[in-house]
Amino acid sequence: FTSKTLMQSNNKPPPARYGGRHTVTLIPGDGIGPELLNHVRELFRFSCVPLDFEVVNINSSITSEDDINNAITAIRRNGVALKGNLETNHTLPPSHKSRNNVLRYTGLDLYANVMRCQSLPGVQTRHKNIDIIIIRENTEGEYSSLEHESVPGVVESLKIITRNNSLRIADYAFQLAREKGRRRVTAVHKANIMKLADGLFLQCCREVASGYPDIAFDSMIVDNTTMQLVSKPHQFDVMVMPNLYGNVVSNVCAGLVGGPGLVPGANYGHNYAVFETATRNTGKSIAGRNIANPTAMLLASCLMLDHLKLHDYASMIRNAVFATMNESLLHTPDIGGQGTTSEMVQSVMRNIKSSGPLTTEL
Amino acid sequence: GDTQIFLLWKSLSQILSRVLGAVKSQTQPRTFSRGVHTVTLIPGDGIGPEISTAVMKIFEAAKVPIQWEERNVTAIKGPGGKWMIPPEAKESMDRSKIGLKGPLKTPIAAGHPSMNLLLRKTFDLYANVRPCVSIEGYKTPYTDVDLVTIRENTEGEYSGIEHVIVDGVVQSIKLITEQASRRIAEYAFEYARNNQRSSVTAVHKANIMRMSDGLFLRKCREVAENYKDVKFTEMYLDTVCLNMVQDPTQFDVLVMPNLYGDILSDLCAGLIGGLGVTPSGNIGANGVAIFESVHGTAPDIAGKDLANPTALLLSAVMMLRHMGLHADAKKIETACYDTIRDKKVLTKDLGGNSKCSEFTTEICRRVQDMD
Repeated sequence: FTSKTLMQSNNKPPPARYGGRHTVTLIPGDGIGPELLNHVRELFRFSCVPLDFEVVNINSSITSEDDINNAITAIRRNGVALKGNLETNHTLPPSHKSRNNVLRYTGLDLYANVMRCQSLPGVQTRHKNIDIIIIRENTEGEYSSLEHESVPGVVESLKIITRNNSLRIADYAFQLAREKGRRRVTAVHKANIMKLADGLFLQCCREVASGYPDIAFDSMIVDNTTMQLVSKPHQFDVMVMPNLYGNVVSNVCAGLVGGPGLVPGANYGHNYAVFETATRNTGKSIAGRNIANPTAMLLASCLMLDHLKLHDYASMIRNAVFATMNESLLHTPDIGGQGTTSEMVQSVMRNIKSSGPLTTEL
Repeated sequence: GDTQIFLLWKSLSQILSRVLGAVKSQTQPRTFSRGVHTVTLIPGDGIGPEISTAVMKIFEAAKVPIQWEERNVTAIKGPGGKWMIPPEAKESMDRSKIGLKGPLKTPIAAGHPSMNLLLRKTFDLYANVRPCVSIEGYKTPYTDVDLVTIRENTEGEYSGIEHVIVDGVVQSIKLITEQASRRIAEYAFEYARNNQRSSVTAVHKANIMRMSDGLFLRKCREVAENYKDVKFTEMYLDTVCLNMVQDPTQFDVLVMPNLYGDILSDLCAGLIGGLGVTPSGNIGANGVAIFESVHGTAPDIAGKDLANPTALLLSAVMMLRHMGLHADAKKIETACYDTIRDKKVLTKDLGGNSKCSEFTTEICRRVQDMD
């Protein structure tokens, strides 16, 4: 099985490679993260993917910053990471910020969160044939964590929108739309109320849109967007939006295509990329019971393989996952079945074995 | 002997709890079982007048003891240069305490703020209540939806406080206060108790907005302590969205700050069929309540007898329940639902081709048949 030579991408430094094998940072996280990522490792070993994982554990219960800093350094070193979600204990004081967020924008500047919501054949949903790409600004907006109590009993939370970041994310959205052959980009906002903040975001989107005349651009207010998504989701193609609306819309869309267990997500920066499940759930209540749906994490690892230009491996695993999804007997409880995680992963491995290339013993 | 004593004890305890309840909070609905009560009617713009007429006709057919006082709401500049609603409108509302409002035009570059905002500020309408119930006969992919969204309507992300810090950097301030959070939480639990709802869920993002949503959540928890008969849960906003789209039947009453409420209430309206069939009520301090339809003015069909009065009618039904006129509310609501379920006389947006007046007449007929 020949591995592809790495083509130099023109704006990103190539990920680290030692002896022809990539090294990727793995952050198990909490809840169902560790078990799902173990399955990913098992699958990669089985499929002879030329990739090694460097495991970095982050303990979300202790308040020291060392864990997080180690993780950031590891991601910087390797350029790519695959992660489970880290639980945020919000009874701790506000200075203890959400670990997921710290990873995302401190030092790594992963400014674009991309999620493709695609209806999977074999999964029963109310709406069929959905294919929406959601691009969410990942670093600022309402997630700036800038809060203070100005007077006892009155708390202010700041939402920051900057021209640079808005232009950057809009540009990313249009580039991606062009690359994937998409026709329309919709900006989601609430500029009728937040006239300056969302107004600036919208204005930046319009400016960037004028540079892409081949792609149609329109805008929609966020509450109308959610209403349209539950009644007529097929009108949407690519959507771009600030941080909080991105959170809402991506969760609505994930629900539309079948739930949090099915959709992979990716966070891209100029130099680094981190892959995870799109809706970032820890899944505490189902941890350790072998009923979590591995699809989202497996598809996220395929996105990672694509990013590393290991396209053949990515397609092989992705096709095996889709073939497994077609068998409703194997569906896990979140999509209405009674299968277990390990059964699903075994089925994926069987599909890979039968599709040809060299694999280790099952 | 025993039965009589039991009945006497039962009625005494009911009277006692009603007296105590009325003393305890001002959000307990007042009973209007005797006499005719006045309601301020604000027809609004566009299709507003025709749907208001439809509602008045149906109420007349049902012989509801309500007397309408029509008022118009346009922004005028008061002494001191501040924008305000016309004094006749304000005086009427202050007297009647109950209002029914049609859609109002949004002014663009008119120099004054939106009328909805003015009304909200004038009467301190702090709670926006939207019950979302699936309408049998108007099919959507979601069936069996039965939830209520209660949204804090005065602060939060909609404070309107924004500044340009430096060129290219804008800051928008979200304000959460202890007082407003406690008030909305109390209203939510009272509503749950008065309407026999079993649980209240606080929707928040305290993992990210630790202090602001944290404060909101803390106040909800504190108020929950006083309402042990109602179950209290908390859920992240994104989890609510995710679950709402997959299985809306798991939700009952939802309470949340302004922005999340805006998004979620529209999401839920979308589940049952859109703004054309969704009722809405705004509760204010001092016992004022204004019920309204939340759709637009639809200027393209105004005056053509094509409008659908369902949203305004269901809001009026909500108003009757708030006033304690439960029998009348049930009668009109049943007539409306039966008409829609029958599918013989439906307005265009519901999939038929009848006129607004025909739809109204059909509901009136059913109401009269019920007597």
